[in-house]
Amino acid sequence: MARNKRAIPEINAGSMADIAFLLLIFYLVTTTMDTDKGINRKLPPIDELTEEPPPIKERNIFTVLVNSNDQLLVEDEYLEISELRAKAMEFIDNNGDGSCTYCKGYGISTSSDNPVKAVISLQNDRGTSYGMYVKVQNELVAAYEDLREIYAENEYGRSYRSMDPEEDEEIIKEVKNAYQQKISEAEPLNIGG
Amino acid sequence: MAVIKKKKDKALPAVNTSALPDIVFMLLFFFMVATVMREVDLKVSVNKPQATEIQKLERKSLVTYIYAGSPRQKYQDKFGKTPRIQLNDAFASLDDVQPFVIQERETKTEEERPMMTMSIKADKTVKMGLISDIKLELRKAQAYKINYSSNPAKDAQALYTADY
Repeated sequence: MARNKRAIPEINAGSMADIAFLLLIFYLVTTTMDTDKGINRKLPPIDELTEEPPPIKERNIFTVLVNSNDQLLVEDEYLEISELRAKAMEFIDNNGDGSCTYCKGYGISTSSDNPVKAVISLQNDRGTSYGMYVKVQNELVAAYEDLREIYAENEYGRSYRSMDPEEDEEIIKEVKNAYQQKISEAEPLNIGG
Repeated sequence: MAVIKKKKDKALPAVNTSALPDIVFMLLFFFMVATVMREVDLKVSVNKPQATEIQKLERKSLVTYIYAGSPRQKYQDKFGKTPRIQLNDAFASLDDVQPFVIQERETKTEEERPMMTMSIKADKTVKMGLISDIKLELRKAQAYKINYSSNPAKDAQALYTADY
């Protein structure tokens, strides 16, 4: 009885911090925090049908070629990467047939009819560096994004890039529809391989 | 005066550290929640390209990585310097890509499968020949959603002047 009445000694918690530190350091070493980011793309399925694709008018195709020296040939013209975005935007927004009410293009007869018909065709060489390829992809995506930005600014008075994907779902859909991304990739060439 | 003298004489009391474990545990839980386990040991050196139009990859469990780049220094005498593919923890050849994708797909539930994303983490000096081959294999394996992993660039101008 007397033994039971004795006070239970307090557990020494002095080394608790050491244990917690040990665990903390373990987690610091074995885990990573890098959030993955990148350019999202969709690959086309492999066509089993050998059906001819519907013909597209030459004026509606914006050809971008990248050779093995990472040089750009855009619409048969040598171009710097810094000029590509503006050139692509000009092409998409051209509005040659006047059917696009929101376009600000010049309506040049050799450039695209309207954003729906405009297609960007990208072809690279097997010797092109991946860095250059991503740069070109980035510029082409940026061209569409910039046009959408302008469109959203004019139609809704808001910035497209800062819209909330859930809250503004309808608006985003509508803006995306105004400028649909049409980037087609051809099989790479093997010249400078 | 007398009061001050009295204080000086006393021994410095020990700092109370009883709240230290709490603080450390808090940090620990933060790291446990905010980070993910390092999954693979990188055998190839990957210096990701830069881009401005990047999107965040949501749902890490649905992302499968394919690495491409030159083997790291310590593997170079064995594998040379030619860029190679790495899947999981080992070097792989192009023929391994398809089985790898199918195997990865098996681990996901039926509803998750269409949302699976293949993230290509390649070095910026890798030639497009290799990347194109990987892309073709992915198309054969019906993995159409891909992501070119890149680092965010400050602005477009920084991107144009960046060299390889």
